[in-house]
Amino acid sequence: MNKNYFEVLRPGINSTFQDKGRNNFYHIGIPFSGAMDNRNFLLANTISNNEINNPVLEFAYQGPKLKYVGENISINITGDVNFKIIRKNKNLEFSCYENIILENNDCLDILSTNRSVYGYLSIGGTFEVDYYLNSCSTNTKAKIGANSGEKLEKGQIIHLKNIKKILPKNKIEYLNSKIENIRIIKGPHFDYFSKDAIDLFFSDEFNVTKLSDRMGIRLKGPKISNIKNTNIKSEGLVKGVIQITADGNPIIMLSDHGTIGGYPKIGVVISADYDKLVQIPPGSKIKFKEINLKDAETIFKLYEMETQNLISNIK
Amino acid sequence: MIKNISNLGDAALYCDFGTEVNKEINKNVINYFNNLRDSNFLGITNITPSYNKLVISFDLKLTSFATLKKQVENLELKKNNNSKNNLIKIPVCCAEEFALDIKRLQKLLKINEAKIYETFFSKNYYCYMTGFIAGMPFLGDMDKSLFAKRLETPRVKVPKNSIGITEQFCNIYTFESPGGWNIIGKTPVDIFDNKKNTEPNLINPGDTISFYPISKLEYEKKYE
Repeated sequence: MNKNYFEVLRPGINSTFQDKGRNNFYHIGIPFSGAMDNRNFLLANTISNNEINNPVLEFAYQGPKLKYVGENISINITGDVNFKIIRKNKNLEFSCYENIILENNDCLDILSTNRSVYGYLSIGGTFEVDYYLNSCSTNTKAKIGANSGEKLEKGQIIHLKNIKKILPKNKIEYLNSKIENIRIIKGPHFDYFSKDAIDLFFSDEFNVTKLSDRMGIRLKGPKISNIKNTNIKSEGLVKGVIQITADGNPIIMLSDHGTIGGYPKIGVVISADYDKLVQIPPGSKIKFKEINLKDAETIFKLYEMETQNLISNIK
Repeated sequence: MIKNISNLGDAALYCDFGTEVNKEINKNVINYFNNLRDSNFLGITNITPSYNKLVISFDLKLTSFATLKKQVENLELKKNNNSKNNLIKIPVCCAEEFALDIKRLQKLLKINEAKIYETFFSKNYYCYMTGFIAGMPFLGDMDKSLFAKRLETPRVKVPKNSIGITEQFCNIYTFESPGGWNIIGKTPVDIFDNKKNTEPNLINPGDTISFYPISKLEYEKKYE
């Protein structure tokens, strides 16, 4: 029986196990969840030679500090992440997007996601985690998925299985680009807002506030005044929906969002911009730009081709 | 029937069944929901029924708005096999520390606390939908005298098991979550059981709910 595990010396701010998420439970109030930045999730598992939906450890801002015990194992980190490995009191520096060999008693210290939000740790093997409704994705609100639906905690042990005997050497050069202009499609309640409010919405900047997490991004900016009603009858949401709350501020729904909501939907972020949207840290400014459905579909195809290209370039 | 289908972003359909909220329209929505669940249309990832809308999200890698819209428009509805109509009784403790918005409501509605509760407990409520957070039931209809707007700025944290009201509806916060409804009490009963792998929801659309008041002492006993 192999005994390979990580001991959590420091859990980090919001470290959870994720896969691509769970489908078909919105009707009972359970959102997709899943890795926030899907592209970096896919890259992490591909670099590890894992199946594409293997669990990864997602972290935000400050990541975990993990002590490794066991036979040699490959790991890789994706995102814009500053980390080091402490081996026999020496600090070793490595890059993201390449396999690194961890040895017994190494300590992996994930210091920061720099000027982004989420990063991913994948291993050449599998984190031993619980599944709920066909996914291991942790949803800390519904307390479901891996780790009993909780974030990592200090002192806990993460067991590993299926450690790859042949350690992969894959890597890829990849630089995460940033965006400030978020492209959106008009929402069903666009006409709840005056022309002046709409003009403000598209011309002014919004601040990403600290009240942002896996559920949503709360923005602060010019008040977007409503001319019809600040409430609607609650109805279904999808990730990327921008609701305007009664105080005139936008909230963008993210992967752990409430499945229904009662504020007017002014727009929806296009699918192709989602991975980059979630990586915008609090304190940043963003602007919205309207495009039509046809363009959004084309841009998504291009984004998807780019992702597939990256994946096929990993060797 | 569906009055209009539009796009909600580039990866979802927004099906509009009307603007009113009533059981008839809602049963229609739920009928479509059940039929779509059986349809096996390629690429559907989630279907969310609500009072009078149905949102269908899909995988943009597998299908598109135009394709799925046509499929939904041409969907042949099977006979409505209406689900069982359960009556579920839910205890509520209205102690001061749980009734976070009762003072606001007294002012807003110009009715005293006792009358608010008497009116609230005198009716049965129909479950229109569940969601927002896991298992949360949206129930109606409230007596007209208790119609109240949501909070201007939603709370960042509403305590788990709180009972909230807004306009003609009430609900139960099945988990601690952000939310903007007026909180009038708390139940010791878990409405969503995350230990159950099938049917974790205690209350489902179409069910009937009646609330009854309990004292702080009874509340604490139920929690033990």
